[in-house]
Amino acid sequence: MSKSGIQLKNIELSFGNTKVIKNISMDIKNGEFFSFLGPSGCGKSTLLRLIAGFETCQKGQIIIEGKDITKLPPWERKVGMVFQSYALWPHMTIRQNIEFGLKEQKFDMMEINYKVDKVLELVGLTEFSSRYPNQLSGGQQQRVALARTVVTEPKVLLLDEPLSNLDASLRVQMRQELLSLQRELNLTTIFVTHDQEEANTTSDRIALLRGGVVQQIDTPENLYDKPKNLFVANFIGSANILKGSIVHDDNSAIFESIEGFKIPVSSKQTGDCNILLRPHTLEISNSDDYHIHGVIRSKEFLGNMVRYFVQIGKNEIIIDSIHFKNISLLNIKDTIYLKTNQEENYILNNDM
Amino acid sequence: MLSKISFGEKGLFFIIALFLLVFLVGPVVQVFYVAFIDVNTNTLTLNNFADFFNTSLFRESFYNSFYVSAMSVVVASIIALPLAYYTSRFEFKGSVIIQSLGFIPLIMPPFVGAVAMQLFFGENGSVNLYLEDTFGFKIPFMDGLNGVIFVQSIHYFPFILLNLSAALNNIDKSMEESAQNLGSKGFGLFRKIVFPLAMPGYIAGAVLVFIKVFDDLGTPLLLNVNNMLAPQAYLRISSIGIDDPMGYVIAVVLVVFSLLALAIAGWALKGKDYSTTQKGGGGLNKRKMGKWEAVGAYSIVIFTLLLVLSPHFALTLLSFATIWSYSIFPDAYTTAHYAEVITETPEFITNTLLYASGAAVLDIILGVSIAYLVIRSKIKIRKTLDYVAMSALAVPGLVLAIGYLRSFSDIELPNGQILASWWLMLVIALAVRRLPYALRACTAALQQVSVSLEEASENLGASKFKTIRKITIPLMAGGILAGFVTSFATAAVELSATIMLISSESDAPLAYGIYIFMQSASGRGAGAALGIIAVVIVALGTFVSYRFMEKSRKQREASGKDE
Repeated sequence: MSKSGIQLKNIELSFGNTKVIKNISMDIKNGEFFSFLGPSGCGKSTLLRLIAGFETCQKGQIIIEGKDITKLPPWERKVGMVFQSYALWPHMTIRQNIEFGLKEQKFDMMEINYKVDKVLELVGLTEFSSRYPNQLSGGQQQRVALARTVVTEPKVLLLDEPLSNLDASLRVQMRQELLSLQRELNLTTIFVTHDQEEANTTSDRIALLRGGVVQQIDTPENLYDKPKNLFVANFIGSANILKGSIVHDDNSAIFESIEGFKIPVSSKQTGDCNILLRPHTLEISNSDDYHIHGVIRSKEFLGNMVRYFVQIGKNEIIIDSIHFKNISLLNIKDTIYLKTNQEENYILNNDM
Repeated sequence: MLSKISFGEKGLFFIIALFLLVFLVGPVVQVFYVAFIDVNTNTLTLNNFADFFNTSLFRESFYNSFYVSAMSVVVASIIALPLAYYTSRFEFKGSVIIQSLGFIPLIMPPFVGAVAMQLFFGENGSVNLYLEDTFGFKIPFMDGLNGVIFVQSIHYFPFILLNLSAALNNIDKSMEESAQNLGSKGFGLFRKIVFPLAMPGYIAGAVLVFIKVFDDLGTPLLLNVNNMLAPQAYLRISSIGIDDPMGYVIAVVLVVFSLLALAIAGWALKGKDYSTTQKGGGGLNKRKMGKWEAVGAYSIVIFTLLLVLSPHFALTLLSFATIWSYSIFPDAYTTAHYAEVITETPEFITNTLLYASGAAVLDIILGVSIAYLVIRSKIKIRKTLDYVAMSALAVPGLVLAIGYLRSFSDIELPNGQILASWWLMLVIALAVRRLPYALRACTAALQQVSVSLEEASENLGASKFKTIRKITIPLMAGGILAGFVTSFATAAVELSATIMLISSESDAPLAYGIYIFMQSASGRGAGAALGIIAVVIVALGTFVSYRFMEKSRKQREASGKDE
């Protein structure tokens, strides 16, 4: 039985004495839209370039569709890569750029023309085929780079921050185009980005990396709702995290922060831990039910919600409160009471 | 808000325009005019050109100039290509040597080393004597045109090396990686991607080499190769006189061919700005050399280094040699030649210092003024000044000098001397020739000075003139000094304009002295000593100019941090 998709097994990679990838393993399914997400320097681009064959790892295996490609040179791997800079060759027309890979594979001219015409139509650039790259806009260049790669029908599509050179509105449009193209071609895709919104909106699953180590591989909603550690909790979305410990008495469990706030939780865990309170799950209450009160330090009006920064003890807590036009905004220096939602609280252990 | 053009700006514009008209445009137009005029009837004619092409000596000279220039490009490319390849492709420690190879030849004008090269590589030079003794054959390195090609290639190959290296370094590695990703490799990848992307840089360098060699007078003259265009023009004017139209026809051919070469290059490079590096630097993928690759690379680099330094070695040897003839090395060594040139003909050195610094001062005055008018004033046709001044690049020294002779020979100075051969005219000719370099340095320097710095000064009550003096000029100082030194160092060794315009030995600078001494076997030692002095002056100048540029670059970087 031959396995489909991509497997990375125990990859270790160093540049000189610097370990860039530390024992990474993962299994990417056939047809999946998969993202490598993380801050700069986390090793995500290096991992992508390793799959393309532009870096070599000291340990580990890369398997694509059941075949070990770890030792193959880039030109024999049949993995399509779209570069951050697009890397369109400025001395060739759009058509020449796109047919390059097919010519290398020695297709006959009839077939090349047929395929190039089809892909030009797919990305909507038919009438631009005889232009040169510098005569196209950023978005169009992006489509050419994509067309040049997918026309060769690679086993996997590698995207190295392909949207980072576009302006904000175009970025939103292009990520939708990218996704629909991927679905249409059912192409296994690995997408490298530092932008969690990009990863969340496109990906089936995301691998969140930090310092060359995989922190969590999961669906976007699981990364947000069930982060495995403090880094994940902080990186994805906004987070209020308090240190403390859980005490059980009678039938209920109480999280007691080191400053003495008591928050009811449903966890069975005991001992030192952290509590994650997402800003939108917190409420501003009129009554002092939980004996947690604070002072509003600043606020940001975001349209659909108002974000309050509240000083509670030594912590600054973010509270997102949905905005309706009939509810007037609270003022800076107002004292408020905080209400937490027991079902939404999430307990995190200290990071190793 | 409309700002008025001040009276001072208008006046300055007028003076500079007049200067360029009289000392650059006028003489060149004069040369063209004479070339198209019938001597007897004073009517427009193409007969002079017909005569030119009907004379077998001129046809031969034309062919030879073309052949020598083209072959120099070929030989220079053969020297430059492996060096560019090693620096751009490999993690190579020898890259430092290659970088110095890029400017070592340029500090010695080719004509200075030409005679010394004959003693090294000539028919009976060191290398051939050795070859004959050991292997029983000789290589005609310096035979006739070969000698010109050899000397010029060694001197001008850095133009190709520098341009090609820059082009290669401007290719982002993603260009290559994307091709590999799509299944391309090896020589196919080089042919389809790297080669076409580096081509514009190579062409830019090759055209420069072609033009420089095509226009050069000094090297063929010193190697006694007279059947080329530039020497023919010189010989015509100096032996037959300034009324003979052939010198002018040749001058026109020189200018037209230089422009033609530039135009062809411009056409070939049109729309081909292939610089693809992304921010954060790029360049092709570099790999480590294998052991044998490194041996090969070092052999080539060291061989080239020896070749490039051979004119310097030879000239040094010659300057200390008592007698050096038919032997691999000189018979004995002496410092007498240096004593001779310093005590007996000190005017060569003092004149050079006077002329070159005069030309350089004139250049920075013109350079700063033109830069200021072009960048800061609102005069409508201000850019014309820049174009006209820069066009001096396309005018060979020989052509400018012929134009001066024609334009200023009828004017007599109060002391009875003819204006064209007055030493100050040489200073002006040198200044006009070097103006483009000084102008670019000053323009770059002024562009670094933000207008708001001047506005702040005016806002605090300083007048325009005071602002320029107290704020603008001091901030431009680094660039101005660099421009001064570049002009100085290159003007110090200019031969083509010098030998046309100098009429008496007492007025002559170094370059002229070298030429005169090198004519006779007995004068060679002294000529070489003068040559070494010239090299030292140019090398010092280049070094100082480099230091100034580094300093002002650092200053800019430091001030850039605050922004």
